Amino acid sequence: MQANSLTTEQIRALIAKGKLKDSIFKAMGIACLALALLVIVMLVSDMIAKGSERLTLDFFTNFASRHAGQAGILSAWVGSLLVMLVTALAAVPIGVAAGVYLEEYAKRNWITEIIEINITNLAAVPSIVYGLLALGIFVYQFGFGQSILSAGLTLALLILPIVIVSTREAIRAIPAMIREGSMAVGATRWQTCRYHIIPYAMPGILTGVIIGLARAIGETAPIITIGALTFIAFLPPVPYTTGADGVTAGLFDWVMSPFTVMPIQIFNWTSRPDPAFEVNAAAAGFVLMVMVLSMNGIAIWLRYKMRKNIKW
Amino acid sequence: MTANNASDLPVVSDRLSKNAMRHVSERLIESLLFAAAAVSVLTTIGIVYVLVSESIHFFQNVSIVDFLTDTQWTPLFDDAHFGIMVLVSGTVVSSLVALAVAIPMGTIIAIYLSEFANGKVREVAKPILELLGGIPTIVFGYFALLMVTPLLQKFFPELPGFSLLSAGLVMGIMIVPYIASLSEDAMRAVPMSLREGSYAMGGTRLYTALHVVVPAAFSGLAASYILAISRAVGETMILAVAAGMQPNLTWNPAEPAATITSYIVQVALGDLPHGSIGYQTIFAAGLTLILITLCFNILGQWLRRKFRENY
Repeated sequence: MQANSLTTEQIRALIAKGKLKDSIFKAMGIACLALALLVIVMLVSDMIAKGSERLTLDFFTNFASRHAGQAGILSAWVGSLLVMLVTALAAVPIGVAAGVYLEEYAKRNWITEIIEINITNLAAVPSIVYGLLALGIFVYQFGFGQSILSAGLTLALLILPIVIVSTREAIRAIPAMIREGSMAVGATRWQTCRYHIIPYAMPGILTGVIIGLARAIGETAPIITIGALTFIAFLPPVPYTTGADGVTAGLFDWVMSPFTVMPIQIFNWTSRPDPAFEVNAAAAGFVLMVMVLSMNGIAIWLRYKMRKNIKW
Repeated sequence: MTANNASDLPVVSDRLSKNAMRHVSERLIESLLFAAAAVSVLTTIGIVYVLVSESIHFFQNVSIVDFLTDTQWTPLFDDAHFGIMVLVSGTVVSSLVALAVAIPMGTIIAIYLSEFANGKVREVAKPILELLGGIPTIVFGYFALLMVTPLLQKFFPELPGFSLLSAGLVMGIMIVPYIASLSEDAMRAVPMSLREGSYAMGGTRLYTALHVVVPAAFSGLAASYILAISRAVGETMILAVAAGMQPNLTWNPAEPAATITSYIVQVALGDLPHGSIGYQTIFAAGLTLILITLCFNILGQWLRRKFRENY
């Protein structure tokens, strides 16, 4: 037998070769991770280096302008905030309700199966397709136009799978004894959900909502597709104030207002040939990155905290 | 019947009617919750309805044979041509570049994290990957156009300012976290006993990873690759910013070209009247896009079923 005929030297050489291959692969793994980290560091440092001169208070309080030096992101960050408000108001109730239904109510039948397959597949649909959906349905069929409402609802549909999946995961982690205890003292199914399941699942739901909103705030393609304007030099009407045209705005007039958002402002500045706007794009990109990364950071921290605190 | 019982009666019926109310409100709430769950189905129906109905109008004006075989895409010119292959070529080339980066990098990171790294490294590496995955695509577009392209031009001076190559490379980096985290989950689900068997036979860590763990987790790896393809095909802003938006039938990554997605963005940026042929083209393009991703999803589900290992 050949294996028996190996000398000790040869076996040692074999082991050394195996160990060498192991450490080469280990180095490759670390190198790949380092490359990922390098990309983040390069991006952030480049944006700070280029954009820091523009990161003054004026940048946040000025409207977009033809002059790069005077242009600011006021309409963009206000727009992003308002769109996120609509998105959260639509996606959170629907997503949590859907998650609760699928975990606590749904019977194992073909209807449930279809809903579940649907949610999985929707998560893989390219975001621009949601933009086309919104263009056809919200903008023209429902007549919402190119408004904050259309954009907010579009992004709500986009993040719905994220909210549903995180709600379901959070609910699944709650042991059956909680439900049994609640029902044993006479609570109905909904009372069990309302007073036990949803409150206990809240941290997990919140994590999912924040991750979803962080994704939504950076989404550009669907909002461009519904036809958001790239140059907006006014803010949506504040409720119960009188504008220059003498019309007093109602409580919800702002939802029908034209708008722009941070990513669209960055796209607009990036695609201009004048390098002066590059500086603005860098500064606005940095602001957007801070928004997104801090939201993700909060979500990661929340999850970490949750994992430590849970004791059933 | 005694007086005592008679005075009890209203109390009982009161409780019964309360119970009935409770029952009604329970049913009402259940149907509300069901309606919320049905929103996802309605979304799918809405997507199919919008894409198909607008595309039907489009295909009444343009024959489907021209759509699939024409080699020019000039829908807004007087001499209009509608050859979707022009846009598909851009999508295919940029996706291939992205996958050439993302699949090796993502798989190596996944194997490293699941088989080599200790808990501390994982604790640092996973948030880094999550942060990378959370960066908005428009910021990646900025990165591709203003940092990666100039860097590549130092090595290849003839590279144009817009190219599928730099957009594809950055798309690849963007997709790495998806592949890494899904593949790692799949590999961690492989039972320890399989690895122990390999170690007992004298297998090294790398040998065990490549010849035992990877084959056992293959269905999960395949699923992550399919998701990566869907991401690459559907990616929009990186391409719209860094790959140029002129239609160009090419298989050369060093050229600028439009993709299906960046064409939709380009049209949406302009001011096309509702119902015009230009407006309809973006729905035909969207339908093509969704059919491509659908094919890969079906392939992914088939792969998962075929190679699923049960322990």
